[in-house]
Formats: sequence, C-alpha cells, structure tokens
Amino acid sequence: MTSDFLMTAEGITKTYGRVVAMDGVDFDLRRGEVLAVIGDNGAGKSTLIKALSGAIVPDSGRITLDGKPIRLPNTQAARALGIETVYQDLALSPSLSITENIFMGRELRRRGPLGSVLRMLDQERMDEAARRELRELGLLTIQDIRQPVETLSGGQRQGVAVARAAAFGSSVIILDEPTAALGVKESRQVLQIIKDIRDRGISIILISHSMPHVFEVADRIHVHRLGRRLCVLDPGDCTPSDAVAYMTGAKSWENT
Amino acid sequence: MDQTHREETEPSEDFAQFEPQRRGWLGKTLYFIHTHPAIIPLAVLAAAIVVFGLVLGTRFFSPFSLTLVLQQVMIVGIVAIAQTLVILTAGIDLSVGAIMVCSSVVMGQCTFRYGLPPEISIVIGLAFGTLCGLVSGILVAIVRLPPFIVTLGMWQIVLAANFLYSRNETIRSQDIADQAPILQFFGRNIEVGGAVFTYGVIAMLILAAVVHYLLTCTAWGRHVYAVGDDPKAAELAGVRSRNVLLTVYAGSGLICGFAGWTLIGRLGSVSPTAGQLTNIETITAVVIGGTSLFGGRGSVIGSLFGALIVGTFSMGLRMAGTDPQWTYLLIGVLIIVAVAFDHFVRRAAA
Repeated sequence: MTSDFLMTAEGITKTYGRVVAMDGVDFDLRRGEVLAVIGDNGAGKSTLIKALSGAIVPDSGRITLDGKPIRLPNTQAARALGIETVYQDLALSPSLSITENIFMGRELRRRGPLGSVLRMLDQERMDEAARRELRELGLLTIQDIRQPVETLSGGQRQGVAVARAAAFGSSVIILDEPTAALGVKESRQVLQIIKDIRDRGISIILISHSMPHVFEVADRIHVHRLGRRLCVLDPGDCTPSDAVAYMTGAKSWENT
Repeated sequence: MDQTHREETEPSEDFAQFEPQRRGWLGKTLYFIHTHPAIIPLAVLAAAIVVFGLVLGTRFFSPFSLTLVLQQVMIVGIVAIAQTLVILTAGIDLSVGAIMVCSSVVMGQCTFRYGLPPEISIVIGLAFGTLCGLVSGILVAIVRLPPFIVTLGMWQIVLAANFLYSRNETIRSQDIADQAPILQFFGRNIEVGGAVFTYGVIAMLILAAVVHYLLTCTAWGRHVYAVGDDPKAAELAGVRSRNVLLTVYAGSGLICGFAGWTLIGRLGSVSPTAGQLTNIETITAVVIGGTSLFGGRGSVIGSLFGALIVGTFSMGLRMAGTDPQWTYLLIGVLIIVAVAFDHFVRRAAA
C-alpha cells in the first residue's frame, strides 16, 4: 500500500500566535502523478506547501518520503532529498543571468586545482547544462543564456524558474500558482511542461486557482478547507463547479 | 524566428522563447551599459584625463602626475573595495574609516607600547579590523538590525576607542623608520621612467583584482550579488544569506585593517586623527563607480574608477588654480548624475 505513495504527511499543525494555519493536515502524493491542491484564500494551502518544501517547520506532525520519515528544517534539506519548489514570486535574482539563477546555491566548479583551490566556477559547463534543460522543456532557443533575468518577460522568467526545478528535482516538484501571472498561450505551455515533467516519472504538486488548468493536468485533486484536507477528488468523477463548491463550503463533503 | 531550434521541439506555442529581442541602437547601447556597469565611470575617467591633459598640458599629462593621482587615491581606493562588498549586499558601512585608523593605531601601539615584533603587531591589527567587521556582520545578519544604524554605531564606538586607546598621540615617522620600518612598507616605491608606483598603489591594484575575481568567478561572489539583489529569493534558492553577510562584513573589516597598514606607509606616522572622511569618500567612489546603493549591481573595478575620477578632478582643478570648493561642488554633481543615470539605464534596459 505505502509503496504507492511517494510523499505523505500526517496530522501536520502550524499556528502563528492564535492563528491556526494548519489544523492536522493529512496529505499524500502518489508516484508519478500530478496532484492539484486547491483551496480558498487563507485555507492554509500555502502553509502546507511551505511545510513540504522546508520553508517552514510544522509544530507537529509527520512527513515521509519513500516511506521513510523525514525532517525538513530548511529548503536546502528538501532540495537534498530531490524536492524542488517553484515559488509564486519565482525566487529569482533579477540582475543575475539565466545560468546563474538556475545554478544558484549549487554552482559547478572547475575540475582540478582551479576549482578546488581557486574555487573557480565552470561557466561553460553550467551554461551548457542550463541551455540543455531549457531546450528539453521546449523553451526553445537561448540567444544569450548569460543575459540578466530582469530583461526577460514574465513567461520567460517562469520558464527559468521551472527549468531550475526540473533540472534538480529528482522526486517531487512543487509548483505554486505557476500560471497565475501568465497569459493564455504562456499558460498552455506551462501545462505542457507539467505533463512533460510527469512523463519523466517525477511527481508534481500543483497549487492553482484555475479550475480549467487543474482539471486539464491533475490526476487527483486535494481540496483544502479551513486548515485541513477536506477531500481528494478524482477529476474524472466531478466537475469544476463541484470542486469549487467543496472548496468554498457551498457543498459539504460526506465520506462515502 | 530561428527555424532549426523550432524543429527540435514539439511545443509550438510562443511561450518563453528566448529569441533575440529586437533592440534599436539606443536599446543595444543601454543594454550594454546595463550589463557592463563599469563602462560609464571608465569613460568619465578617460574624458577627465583628456580634458585636463589638453588644458593643463604636460604638467598634468605626465607619468609623474598621473601616478601621483594613484598614490593620492590609494587609501580611498582600498577602502572603497571593502565598501563595495558591503554595498553590493544592499548595506552600507559608515565605520570603514574608523576601523582603518584604529587598526593602524593598534599596529603602532602593539609595536611601540608593548614592544611586540612589528610583524605580530600587523597581524593583530588585521585581526582587530576583521573582528570589528565581524561584530557589524553579526548585528546585521543575525540580530537583523539595519546596516546603516549598526555601522553608524560602530563608527562612533571604534573612533572613540581609537582616541582613548591611542591617548590621542601620534607615533612619529622617524621612530617608525628606525624601529619598525615594515610598518611603512607600503610607502616604498618603484620608479619607471617618471612614473612612481608606491607599494600601496600596487597593493590596491592586486587587491582589486583578487576581490574582482572572487566576486565574478566564485560561487561566493555570485551569492553576494544574489543576497543584495533579493535576499528572500536568494534564501529560497538555497543561498545561506547569513553566512554570505557575515563573510562580507568580516572581509570588509579585514580590508579596512589592511588599509590601516597602508595608511602608515602613506603618512609615514601613525596618526589617530587621520581618515576622518574616508567613509564618505568611499561611498562617493562606489556610487560614482556605478554600484547601486540598492544592492546586487556593480563592481570593484567601477569603484576604483570612481576613486580615480575624484582623484583626477581634485588634482586637475588644483593645478588649474581653482578654489578647492569647486572640486566638492563637481563631485556632488557627479554623485547625483551617477545615481540618476543608474536609475535611467535600469528602467530603460529592463
């Protein structure tokens, strides 16, 4: 049974002062699936995502990866386990280049004494890897992989952030509202990228407000309400308006 | 659109294609300036040298005079390297001058009051500078106080400590030359033709090259920029901003301590009253050198150009016989123009 699940969480709580952001959340993610997480504003879904990506440490509860309990004291710990996150504000450094952003925090050094003694970065190797990753994601040609990220459009920046996650995420990629700031065409491309990444066997957690996007790519839908999981929907069995109804409380969920 | 790449990839939507953006010549120029922030200060410096050279002739445009500018900006140049590191992280260090002077006093007092070998005194002075920087670093990175306030406090504390500890006494040049000449090491020089290069000037150039290398070719350097650019983004991308800030402030303190050693070479004596304006002068050099006070943009080479611009203006105007106030007036204009230009380029190129 458990081998079905790549990542699980049980009874996670987090309070900020008197505000309860997570009230015993359960969560599970299957291998190679796209799991959408939906919920109204303030339902606590971003707190859940932060807990899963190591950005916050929950007050109590248990998180497992591959059946083994894990601790995520910081984002570096999560990344070391192959869990990558694309934050809504992308977490890019605007004045640094595409390559530098993709490799930020895990730069490659030159081989030999240049790297080990003089700590010299291997620009060529990083440029090559960054170019390859962007090409594989269908982000087409890069005229200048060293151009500052601030000279790119919103969609291109999203592409860089996703490429960074895809380049290093070996088990789970978390995408927080990846289409929120994009136009129709750009959104379509992001959805395509999500499918491509899933086809590589990587599990994806997708946080989104856009029901059409959720229903297009999700294998299952985790509905978050009032600081906990209300239910998990199968997009084949329900309609987007059902999902919205559950999420807003217009329709209550009875366990079958 | 690039046909070959189009064929390699299935998705045919127009998302995130990094095809060459069409820019006019103005756009191209701005983009180039944007990505090479030291180019404008270099142009200003070159223009200043040409203009003063034409007006003043060989009196100004001689190897001797031009290398004299280098000697005069040496102290500010070295400390500006430290200042650049801090400003790149979107901080500011008002205590650089005080740390420099106090380090030189520590080196002098250790040698003359406690009778330590001067080499040991120098190490103690350098350690003192590093420690001052580290204290600021801890207050900024861990206690999370604003750099302006932290270094404003450090400035007063270190400066007062400097006067108290030195009892406001100067150690005379002749005594140093007799008993501990190594303290004046950076005052020695080599002459090539009419050009005079002090060891201090050479040290400044080497130090700038080393720090430039660290900033551009190592992961640490890229993290300095990332932390200055957007600390939250850097942290989320896996940069340990705390360590970056600690090393930046400690490194800045170390460079200031080193500047204290070169200061003895420049003055000959150890004087607790020296370098009172160094903090402002270095901030001026850094800003004119094209480094953004908002962090994440700039270079030590630019700061060196900035210091040289100030040095060239002061010497050129003095030789032309103008009131020295004109120098300050011009530098003031230059600062505002530099910052305004930075804003303009950034907005236009982004």
